[in-house]
Amino acid sequence: MLEPFVRHTGRVAVLRRDNVDTDQIIPSREMKSVSRTGLGEGLFAGWRYVEAGGRLPNPDFILNKPGQRRATVLVSGRNFGCGSSREHAVWALADYGFRVIIAESFGEIFYGNCIINGILPIVMDRAKLQALSPHAVIDLTLDLKTQTVSWPDHPDWSTMFSIDSYAKRLLISGLDSIRLTQEKTEQIDAFLRQDAEARPWIYQTY
Amino acid sequence: MHTKNPRTYFSKVWDIHKVDDAGDGYDLLGIDRLLLHERTGGVALKSLAQRGFDLKIPDRVFAVIDHIVSFKSERGRDDARTPGGEAFIQETREMAISAGIHLIDTDSPDQGIVHVVAPELGLAIPGASIVCPDSHTCSLGAIGALAWGIGSSEAEHIMATGVLRAKKPPQMRIHIDGTLKSGVSAKDVALHLIAKYGADGAKRSAIEFVGSAVSAMTIEERLTLCNLAIEFSAYTAIIPPDAHTLNYVAGRRFAPSRDVLERHIASLQGDEGATFDYELFLKAEDISPQISWGTNPEESVALSGRVPDKASTRSLDYMGLETGDEIAGQSIGGAFIGSCTNGRLSDLRAAAAVLKGRKIANGVRAVCVPGSQSVKREAEALGLDDIFQNAGFEWGAPGCAMCFYAGGETFLPGTRVVSTTNRNFEGRQGPGVRTHLASPAVVAASAIAGVICAPSDLPLIKGNGDA
Repeated sequence: MLEPFVRHTGRVAVLRRDNVDTDQIIPSREMKSVSRTGLGEGLFAGWRYVEAGGRLPNPDFILNKPGQRRATVLVSGRNFGCGSSREHAVWALADYGFRVIIAESFGEIFYGNCIINGILPIVMDRAKLQALSPHAVIDLTLDLKTQTVSWPDHPDWSTMFSIDSYAKRLLISGLDSIRLTQEKTEQIDAFLRQDAEARPWIYQTY
Repeated sequence: MHTKNPRTYFSKVWDIHKVDDAGDGYDLLGIDRLLLHERTGGVALKSLAQRGFDLKIPDRVFAVIDHIVSFKSERGRDDARTPGGEAFIQETREMAISAGIHLIDTDSPDQGIVHVVAPELGLAIPGASIVCPDSHTCSLGAIGALAWGIGSSEAEHIMATGVLRAKKPPQMRIHIDGTLKSGVSAKDVALHLIAKYGADGAKRSAIEFVGSAVSAMTIEERLTLCNLAIEFSAYTAIIPPDAHTLNYVAGRRFAPSRDVLERHIASLQGDEGATFDYELFLKAEDISPQISWGTNPEESVALSGRVPDKASTRSLDYMGLETGDEIAGQSIGGAFIGSCTNGRLSDLRAAAAVLKGRKIANGVRAVCVPGSQSVKREAEALGLDDIFQNAGFEWGAPGCAMCFYAGGETFLPGTRVVSTTNRNFEGRQGPGVRTHLASPAVVAASAIAGVICAPSDLPLIKGNGDA
């Protein structure tokens, strides 16, 4: 079971770029073991470290700045998480400690992977995002029940966000999506029986 | 004839897979084929076993070894192109065998890139739902399948339940009418589209490609076109099946008979009057051969073009270019032909037509990796391997190969590489490697010239059928 997501207050790291692809979030060379864990070290490896494969921090990268090192809320631009479907991108973000990603839009597969792994993805318009400076130290509070993001230092900025009820339920409960679907086993089995008659070629065994 | 509630082809295929309305726009969808590969397949199967879930539909799950397997022609069964990669191959093999799913192993005559193999074997068929934890699964929409990339946890979900919880995406119809100019390939059409509307242009919709230029395309060309839909931020792409599709699919190993296919296709054709959320129109005649200059496929221009004025500094720095630079004439150190985008027989033939009787320039490392064992066999029967190797290309064993770097050996940092692949992201082909995406013919011509160029820029030679 995942850690339920109800309310979270955390430090913001602003990565002001569009089209941050999952190859940047975790380069394939950092996916070293047949496992979902321990991927945080490879997070943004190409930008975070001075050399490919090395571990010497690049002081210019946002997560190496003293104020943002322990960030748990990542803010970026348009089409965040585009590219490869590798779920390792989300596992790496979660392993590093991120619980919320705020972006103008998301890669579709990445968005789904976030929900399944207990990370709250929030879509927000560009003007609102622009108000969050990469150079400032910002803490935001995210409340999933009321669907609000608040910035205590700038109450005017605080806003609502939308999320569909399934994603919300999954995040708040921390439930496994397989268990949720298994509640429908009867319907699924009935469908499979009917479908095997309608489209036998799909069900042929080899 | 007008139907009361006209539906698109995509909607009809979606609807026949609908098990239950899961609320809030989500549906439970029956999944006909789940494809796995060694990069995530072993992880998913292991995690499922550890959590104590049995496989609901093992007969319809196929694992293929393609992502990090070595592309050296003399590779062994476990050889990976990335350090430590053997573990992924072995784990996927062992877990696949113990789970009782189909395994297409390194040494199988059917092996190859999952999206190349799926159409070849008849796993991708019109009207089927087919998913894989790989974003380029959208390629298979070219066959009229409902196909899209998923995450690894979703693959586990399907194996445990037989279904996937999915939200039906908005729909976009893209009309491409007219006749493509000579030298313009499906790859150019896709790059042109992405450059014109941006990498976020499809807004997570399911694209239906229509129009006379699409109808005229072969299935292999359509596979290339649909392959790049993910770089356009599409949920997936689909091309309603026609005579080309039927001729291609009928007779393949896992496909039903021609009669069955014909009837099934007829039952799924989109209704007149069905509406789309978005529509785009392209004129085939407006499209020129393309090349990417930056670090996202949207940063592409005509091969005869220049780096745009408003180019991002970050992309320029990475690519070692300046605004206003001509792309053609940039000197290259590498050329790669292969991948799920352009690793099929017609792609290799297009490249070979340029390479025949020519040699690659000094200082260029050129590699061709056929998309599958079947492509490789056919290419070798046609003597294409000799053409490639006589020109100075390495001739590799099927797999994703140099499309993405996963550790191990690659081009040196700073090397400019022309590539038939799908992503020019920073570091995609290796740290600091500067990838330019282009069609197989342009990659072949550039390898010969040692600079980025079109086949028509090469000096003519005697005896080359293409000249």
